[in-house]
Amino acid sequence: MTPSRQAFAAIVGKDLRTELRTMRSLPAMVLFAVTTFIIFRFGLDRTALSGSLASGVIWTTLLFAAVLGINRIFLPEREEGGFDAFRLAPVDRPVLFTAKAAVLFLYLLVLELIVIPVFGVFFLQEWSGLLPLIPVLLATNLGLAALGTLISSMAVNSRARDLLVPLLLLPLVVPLMIAATGATSHLLDAGGPSYDKFGTWLLVLGLYDGVFCLVGYAVFDFLLED
Amino acid sequence: MSEAPENAIRLRKLGRDYGDRPALGGVDLDLAAGASLAVLGPNGSGKSTLLRVLATLLRPSRGEVSVLGSSLPNEAWKLRGRIGYLGHEPLLYEDLTGRENLEFQARLYGIPAGEAAARIESDLKLLGMSRRADYRVSDYSAGMKQRIAICRAVLHRPALLLLDEPDSNLDPEGREAARSLIGRPDELDWESEARVTRVAVSHDPEKARSEADQVLELEIGVAA
Repeated sequence: MTPSRQAFAAIVGKDLRTELRTMRSLPAMVLFAVTTFIIFRFGLDRTALSGSLASGVIWTTLLFAAVLGINRIFLPEREEGGFDAFRLAPVDRPVLFTAKAAVLFLYLLVLELIVIPVFGVFFLQEWSGLLPLIPVLLATNLGLAALGTLISSMAVNSRARDLLVPLLLLPLVVPLMIAATGATSHLLDAGGPSYDKFGTWLLVLGLYDGVFCLVGYAVFDFLLED
Repeated sequence: MSEAPENAIRLRKLGRDYGDRPALGGVDLDLAAGASLAVLGPNGSGKSTLLRVLATLLRPSRGEVSVLGSSLPNEAWKLRGRIGYLGHEPLLYEDLTGRENLEFQARLYGIPAGEAAARIESDLKLLGMSRRADYRVSDYSAGMKQRIAICRAVLHRPALLLLDEPDSNLDPEGREAARSLIGRPDELDWESEARVTRVAVSHDPEKARSEADQVLELEIGVAA
């Protein structure tokens, strides 16, 4: 068997190289998020947002931008025979799950690095809540990446995958989004961040991440069977 | 070279269905290690399905299957890395170059970087692809894709070659060049951990019979 670390690095490297070359996922995700912020800005007719409203705008936008990336994460494997090539290789199959989840995590990270400052410019008068927002973003990204990779691998072989991904993903992601918005809302209060129940929400995010990382790792072998 | 099992492939009443539709039925076969088998039959007779079952890409619906001493589907994991599979699809990433595809393949198979680079260079040269290896696969013709796919199938020096119409899309020069990589076991320009066994699907009965030690003819859903 090929060492898992080597196979993991090979898959992540291949996906990042392809994305840098083709720009098929990230630009669409960024464009979607920025456009949505613009629509919120004029739709809500507000120049400043805070608290739960700011939190809702951020996470609604990030979630639907993430769906664009999740839809595409296994497309090369499906359309160009990557699944078969991987199944023939002497590599533990969950390595593909962890590598794809890592790629999705990186996509979400880059997305946030670009669009959170844009959100700040559009809506925030008080920026001090953005620093403690980082662990919330990281924990939510991990959950989205694990669940998104799992759902995408199940939906990719269906012709209706564009419909299936949101249909399966959105109900399952509700607990993650409740925890993410709960953790974020007090960080973006108008008077500066407060940490009411912040630890509890982070714990919920961590539990969610743990459950879906383990479930994905455990069942991925079966999902790759014919 | 290590000792290979007496029979590289042993099939008893192998069958495979797609839903309710039988695609392959009642195939019996004994193929010695180091031998060459030609699989013949009309369209829809299950030739590609047979190859995909042997490659562990499809589970058999019934019957006994033993490949390189491993029983399928339960011991399929033991065969990973020992099979070279060339199917109808080239299994290449379109947005990577031919060389990048092969390097990716080498890393998945755990081939040390120096050894992989030497093999890639020599295989590309054999198939006349050295100068075009740094083009993206999406820019290749079907024949060029097939040449890179052949390099991919043998890069890890497998003990069992499963080839589905390997000559398709190749010009006469390409067919000749490919013999040293995917031809009869005694023509191969490389060595494996065991005697190389070759199974090739063909639509040219005359050529297939002249090249193979053994012939398996399939009819629609049934082995002849």
